[in-house]
Amino acid sequence: MKKYIAFFRLRFAMGLQYRAAALGGLVCQFFWGAMAILAFKAFHDTDPSAFPMSLPAMSSYIWLQQALLHLLSVMSMDGELMDMIQSGNVAYELCRPVGVYNMWYIKNLASRASGALLRCIPALIVAALIPAPFGLMAPPDVITFLWFALSLVLAAVVVTAIGMIVAMITFHTVSPRGVRLIAVGIADFFSGGIVPLPFFPEAVRRVTELLPFSATANVPLRIYSGDLHGGEMLFLIALQVFWAVALIAVGRLLEWKELKNVVVQGG
Amino acid sequence: MIEVKDLKKTFKVARREAGFGEAVKALFHREYELIHALDGISFSIGDGEMVGYIGPNGAGKSSTIKILSGILTPDSGLCTVGGRTPWKERRAHVKEIGVVFGQRSQLWWDVPVIDSFELLKEIYTIPAGTYKKNLSELTEILDLSKIVKTPARQLSLGQRMRCEIAASLLHDPKVLFLDEPTIGLDAVSKLAVRDFIKRRNKDHGTTVILTTHDMQDIEALASRIILIGKGRILLDGTLDDIRRGGEHIDETVAELYKKFDV
Repeated sequence: MKKYIAFFRLRFAMGLQYRAAALGGLVCQFFWGAMAILAFKAFHDTDPSAFPMSLPAMSSYIWLQQALLHLLSVMSMDGELMDMIQSGNVAYELCRPVGVYNMWYIKNLASRASGALLRCIPALIVAALIPAPFGLMAPPDVITFLWFALSLVLAAVVVTAIGMIVAMITFHTVSPRGVRLIAVGIADFFSGGIVPLPFFPEAVRRVTELLPFSATANVPLRIYSGDLHGGEMLFLIALQVFWAVALIAVGRLLEWKELKNVVVQGG
Repeated sequence: MIEVKDLKKTFKVARREAGFGEAVKALFHREYELIHALDGISFSIGDGEMVGYIGPNGAGKSSTIKILSGILTPDSGLCTVGGRTPWKERRAHVKEIGVVFGQRSQLWWDVPVIDSFELLKEIYTIPAGTYKKNLSELTEILDLSKIVKTPARQLSLGQRMRCEIAASLLHDPKVLFLDEPTIGLDAVSKLAVRDFIKRRNKDHGTTVILTTHDMQDIEALASRIILIGKGRILLDGTLDDIRRGGEHIDETVAELYKKFDV
């Protein structure tokens, strides 16, 4: 266990030093957040009765999404890991007396957490200062916030597991770009990254919510804004637990299969 | 210490002629060629030996090292290092070995070298006392005190290689695999690395297997050499066996490659 903590610590510390990347990401996320809110406001003004969320809840959803993007997007899967597989430096990783899956899982989780920490504090402060209905509102009550926190952790666990499956596939494909592009596109759309899931047609939303992608950003962001509550919330949190277990199991199975066949190319 | 018997490994390599037409053809039908990287090699190496593993490019040297260090599974054959089969008991096996791949890096690129060392301490669960002792010894002999606080990306190749070697020895491995450890190094760094490997072997009794194209490395380090070509062992003996007196070591080896037609 201690070695995994050491991994987390070093990767976390390393993530904290990329200040310029964090600043750049922050600016980009503010811009994107503002644009998204303006666009949704236009929809809202056209026909408020057809709008499936309240406007303040919508704004909170967008700001939280932008602030936590680094933690919850499949996109921020560990590029380092892919590079290592592609360049063959992965040879060294295989010479270590640790489980490869565990080691990389922890590393990726740490890089997500440190990147998000750098970005989310300033983003949340500024978003909270923006007046309603465009700013980040406080959660309805403490209990909701606790459910949000739990679901956030689960979402990070699930999204890291998705990233690991992509990494394991990279062992097979030589170049990581294709799988990664496809995975990011699919996951972004089905986790409500482009349009929140409540905006999907009813039937599509019901199916989408069962997918592993919905068990990432979708659940915590909607709990926070009060859009998701009661039995439906409990069901989706349970589904998050299920996907966390299932995806980690699949990743480990892939690890076991791939490591038997891996060939580190080049002298 | 190390027993290798009839090890075989075949790779499938895609081939095609140059040109656009050929590339289109390869879309539908790809021709593969089987390369016998290792075609039944056997040798045994005793405790505390220092062996130079030489051969022309593509002879199968790196494949052998990869199998011995547990990251490549051979098609057939037996191999034990300290009684364990590397690819079957990977985690237990790698605790006992140190590996330096001259062409790759194990240091974390963006953080000071010492952070990578600290991480290795946790990964190998090295007791604090042992770690401290080894670190100060390695720091002194390899002259690392000034460079361990620098991020790995800002080190010169020679400085980095010294750190790579130190990183591979922090956990007191019984066997050390060096895959082209002096590649790209200047004369001073080369001498320092050679000197260090020699001392390590003498003082700690570490078994060393070294692949290199630099025959001075072999001359300085290895009492025994194993020559491999086209996936087979061609010669296993001492340096004096192949020397015919007088001439330069590079010429001797080139002559040898010619003789075996590899």
